[in-house]
Amino acid sequence: MVEMVNRPYAGAFEKFAVANPDVLCLSADLTSSCEIDGFRDRHPEQFLSLGMAEQNMMSFAGGLGLAGFRPFLHSFGVFLYRRPYDQLMASVAYPRRKVRLMGFLPGITTPGGMTHQAIEDVAVMRSIPNMTILETGDATEVESICEAADSIDGPVYCRVLRGSVPRLFDTPIEVGRMRELAMGEDVLVVTSGIATEEALRARDALSGAGVSIRHLHINTIKPFDPQPLLDHIASVKKGVVVLENHVIDGGVGSLVAEIMAENAVGKPLVRLGLRDTYAHGGSRAYLMKHYGLDAAALVAGIEKIIGAKTGITEDALAVARVDAVHSAVKAEAL
Amino acid sequence: MDNRKSTQDVALGIRRRVFEHSMRNNGGYLSQACSAAEQLAFLYNEALNLGDPTLPAIPKPFAGVPRAGNDEYVTGAGYNGPFEPQYDRLFIAPAHYALVAYATLIETGRMAPEGLEMFNRDGSSVEMIGAEHSPGMEVHNGTLGIGLSTGAGLAWGRKRRGETGKVCVFMSDGEVQEGQTWEAVQAAAHHGIDNLWALMDVNDQQCDGAMDSVMDVRDIAAKFRTFGAVCVEVDAHDLDALRQAKAEPHEGQPLIILARSSPTHGMSFLQRRFPRLHYVRFKTTEERDEMNAAIAEELGIQPVELEAH
Repeated sequence: MVEMVNRPYAGAFEKFAVANPDVLCLSADLTSSCEIDGFRDRHPEQFLSLGMAEQNMMSFAGGLGLAGFRPFLHSFGVFLYRRPYDQLMASVAYPRRKVRLMGFLPGITTPGGMTHQAIEDVAVMRSIPNMTILETGDATEVESICEAADSIDGPVYCRVLRGSVPRLFDTPIEVGRMRELAMGEDVLVVTSGIATEEALRARDALSGAGVSIRHLHINTIKPFDPQPLLDHIASVKKGVVVLENHVIDGGVGSLVAEIMAENAVGKPLVRLGLRDTYAHGGSRAYLMKHYGLDAAALVAGIEKIIGAKTGITEDALAVARVDAVHSAVKAEAL
Repeated sequence: MDNRKSTQDVALGIRRRVFEHSMRNNGGYLSQACSAAEQLAFLYNEALNLGDPTLPAIPKPFAGVPRAGNDEYVTGAGYNGPFEPQYDRLFIAPAHYALVAYATLIETGRMAPEGLEMFNRDGSSVEMIGAEHSPGMEVHNGTLGIGLSTGAGLAWGRKRRGETGKVCVFMSDGEVQEGQTWEAVQAAAHHGIDNLWALMDVNDQQCDGAMDSVMDVRDIAAKFRTFGAVCVEVDAHDLDALRQAKAEPHEGQPLIILARSSPTHGMSFLQRRFPRLHYVRFKTTEERDEMNAAIAEELGIQPVELEAH
């Protein structure tokens, strides 16, 4: 049974910020939802409430950067790039301010529906010059995200998990270094964020079915050194499957496709994620199943690559964790 | 820096330079010089505490955008002096006032006249829409409405660090149509950012024409006050009024000075173009010659010698 960690960001951010006086905690009216309410109460001098006004918050953060501060902006991922995109470009990304964008509720991890689901954030951020993109996939990565983000000489966007988060890894994020979770030789599976947990659910069943999986977990999406990935692709016989909590356009699947195409890698690739569609509001488990982002979808993708059925049924997959939508570990429904 | 000229003379010099430049280049941001010459002269010549320029009088060419590994990159802020705790900082929020701002740098001895010859030339840092690497600029403001937020953030940070220098944002009234301006004022008021002040050129003009025809912004002084700023309104062409406005106490609040200006002040000929004054082009050679003679006379200079078209 996997260990669950409650609100890993809360303690990690507080510890990090207290040790770094030039780090400022900015919030746009989602303070408890981003697990920084305790920090606000205990360290008000390092906390700036900027209200429901993300455009101002973004440019204001650029100004704080000019004064030598390293602001951590806390909001849901969507609110850090959709509305304040122009400000993100002009006030943060272009001048390479050390602004840390902590985007909570990545992809379909929220029942909030279209307005709350950051499903194209990676695509947007990948196309912004000077931007670094990090994504957390477990509690250990959430606990180390502040240090990783603050090591970047420039702006960084982070997909941060909140609430009850499984601990899958025992080493912190090393920026630019992918995790090699399995070293099989039939199919390469590339995952990021919560998709990694899904892939781990399918691991035993796939092994039992005789499919040898090589599994990579990506926590640094940009910048991305293609060579290790190419080496792994060269090490598998059949092909590559990418599963991500994002639209398949512009995210990790696209990243892998671009690297394969530019290096003339003639192996099949299956990209799994949202396929040119918005999602709607619902529980994470429901949405992952409904939109084909779960372990079963991954198995189907692998079957497509190997050209054969594995015989793996839903029941054979490790039990998915089911969080109550209104559980105690979440600050509120959203 | 020592003030070599009176602020009034600087303002006149700004109009002359912008006029000559626009004549030679078949058009330009003439009305912005008319409305803002006294304001920019006031800022650079007396209101702001700025150190000597740290960048060469003749601007270097464009040295690339900021990116990892580009160690050559500098902003144009060095023309406003060094970043030291006691010195003020200035943001030119309406970046299309760049030509007027460059003329101000020349008139106050911060940039060589040759700088203006590089205006809008390929490979030059003296860009038409002021970029953050352009002389006198520190950040990109070409997307209107973001300047005051940046100023508020920097001012909060400087106050936190105990720096005595203030942050000034030169604004234009069109920016009040952007919601971000109001977000910035409410944030500055909420956080008591009183080392921040703005001088706004209220010329009632925007790209499409007179503001009340494009989007009426109503009583912006009342709006600024309601949002938490101290706001004073003055005649933009009256230097004593600007001085008095700058002295307005604003403890715990940002100060916004609305400088009500005429977009044809000092170049009355432009009244014929009202209300399309955002960027003045010449419709015919005859019109250009007529404008050349009329405005030169009003500015007390000889008409600009023009090459035949």
